[in-house]
Amino acid sequence: MLMAANLGEQLAGLGSLSLAEGTQVGVLVILAALVTASAMGVVLLTNIVYSAFLLGFTFLGIAGMYLLLNADFVAAAQVLIYVGAVNVLILFAIMLVNKRQEYKPLKLGNLRNAIAGLVCLGLFGLLLVTVTTVPWNVTTRIAPLPSSTVAIAQHFFTDYLLPFELASVLLLVALVGAIVLARREFVPDTLPLGYPDEEALELVERPVLPASPRREG
Amino acid sequence: MATEIGLAQGIDLQRSTVALLTELGVPLVVAQVLWMLLPMVAIVLVATVGALVCTWLERKISAAAQQRIGPEYAGPFGLVIPIADVAKLLVKGNLVPASADPLLFSLAPAIVFISVFLCYLVVPFGQNLLISNLGTGIFFIIAVSSIAPIGLLMAGYASNNKYSLLGGLRAAAQSISYEIPLALAALAVAMMSNGLDTVQIVHQQEGLGLLTWNVWRQPVGFVIFLIAALAECERMPFDLPEAEEELVAGYQTEYAGANFMLFYGGSYANLFLAGLLVSVMYLGGWSLPVPIEAIGQALRIAPTEPLWQVVAALLGITMMLLKTFAFIFFAILLRWTVPRVRIDQLLDLGWKFLLPIGLANLLVTAALKLAFPGAFGG
Repeated sequence: MLMAANLGEQLAGLGSLSLAEGTQVGVLVILAALVTASAMGVVLLTNIVYSAFLLGFTFLGIAGMYLLLNADFVAAAQVLIYVGAVNVLILFAIMLVNKRQEYKPLKLGNLRNAIAGLVCLGLFGLLLVTVTTVPWNVTTRIAPLPSSTVAIAQHFFTDYLLPFELASVLLLVALVGAIVLARREFVPDTLPLGYPDEEALELVERPVLPASPRREG
Repeated sequence: MATEIGLAQGIDLQRSTVALLTELGVPLVVAQVLWMLLPMVAIVLVATVGALVCTWLERKISAAAQQRIGPEYAGPFGLVIPIADVAKLLVKGNLVPASADPLLFSLAPAIVFISVFLCYLVVPFGQNLLISNLGTGIFFIIAVSSIAPIGLLMAGYASNNKYSLLGGLRAAAQSISYEIPLALAALAVAMMSNGLDTVQIVHQQEGLGLLTWNVWRQPVGFVIFLIAALAECERMPFDLPEAEEELVAGYQTEYAGANFMLFYGGSYANLFLAGLLVSVMYLGGWSLPVPIEAIGQALRIAPTEPLWQVVAALLGITMMLLKTFAFIFFAILLRWTVPRVRIDQLLDLGWKFLLPIGLANLLVTAALKLAFPGAFGG
């Protein structure tokens, strides 16, 4: 209620807002529409490539939200990591295994969709109730920090030191895991007996696979 | 907008323009909106003209490298050639292949173009001669330019052509692998100047003119940055995405007319941006080889003299462009000197050579910064 009242006040006072505040409200509305629409597109479109591209727009919209909150470093990091790395990786994976296969319609597809829609609506209702009943400490203005980079660094190395270090350990574990998965042991092919012992002209090494098919020399 | 970092040094165009407009009877809000448009138009013009000049230089220097004359009859020294190029591409039909995905096909060049032009927001040509002095300057450029691979993948996918798809995948693989050494080299520079913003990076190099430029303090970082910047621009030793003998023209194969121009102009704008970044980060930006204050003192001119400030700003812009075009000259000359690398060599160079060296460079810079805080910006 409080939030809604506050929003109403803001909308009522829109005419008298200064240029900067008016722009901020406009940009907020545009970004919210962008994020919502592209997120819906990610879920609802059947073409997986479209979904992946729309995911990029969702991430960009979120970065814009951070920018509105004066968190410029977080916004740039969001763009760099989510758009520049995660989304590109998703696209890469999709395009490298692009099979162009049609999805078979599932049994009772409409019923499944209806149940999923009901669950989503229920979650939305729950969030709506939470948002409107909790007395949020709403501030109309966010004081800009002199440098958000410095502020983030200070938090990282004082009161958020443990989560920061834990996150770095987690990333290290992920890195080691990725290397272990990517680096399979390579062994040279054992040549059949009686075969002339000469250098193979083809690939000498191949990954050890259970019951790897022996290639004819 | 151009924030005043104290010092009232250089010219503050924003304040004077807004003051002038309000004196003419324009309301303050309207004057501010008008001011906002001015630098945006200016920067788009600068980037476009820079890209056009690059195409002309490419033709002339290529010709000289092959002992030809190059464009000659279109204007003096063929200077009108880029304009003829643009006119030709604008009036050509904007073809979309029948089996292409029309929406993604048209969106892709726009994404690449916008991501390049957005980076110009934080490139300074002088103390206050930049659109926005963001606190995250260099980081902003690295973040925004990482959007471009999405446009390249989109172009490759939407063209529905195997050469295009391969080119797009190669371009994306190349630019995400070389972004990391680039960012590490930039991080070492940011560490020395205690901040990410571009103006501060130039200020930190200004002290003794030529002697305090970062290229002497960061020689390894400079080389890494040069190589990574060439790879990011898809210039010759690394122009695999459009390797014409293998892939026709890579992700640009199906493009024609204005859409092709966006890719072509975008790639030259990217080259120009790389040159500007090299000069900002390693070659002292707009500062002269001899500090401008020393020249002013030698000529006995007060630093607050308006005419002197204009002269100093013009000298700064000239220096910036000189350094930038030196890099571009180097890039074009390299194109006619070295052969193209293979894709596995390219990725090996990026991940197994430049990345460890970049990390080591960062470590050494941090150690030197702790050991000699005076010389390495403590």
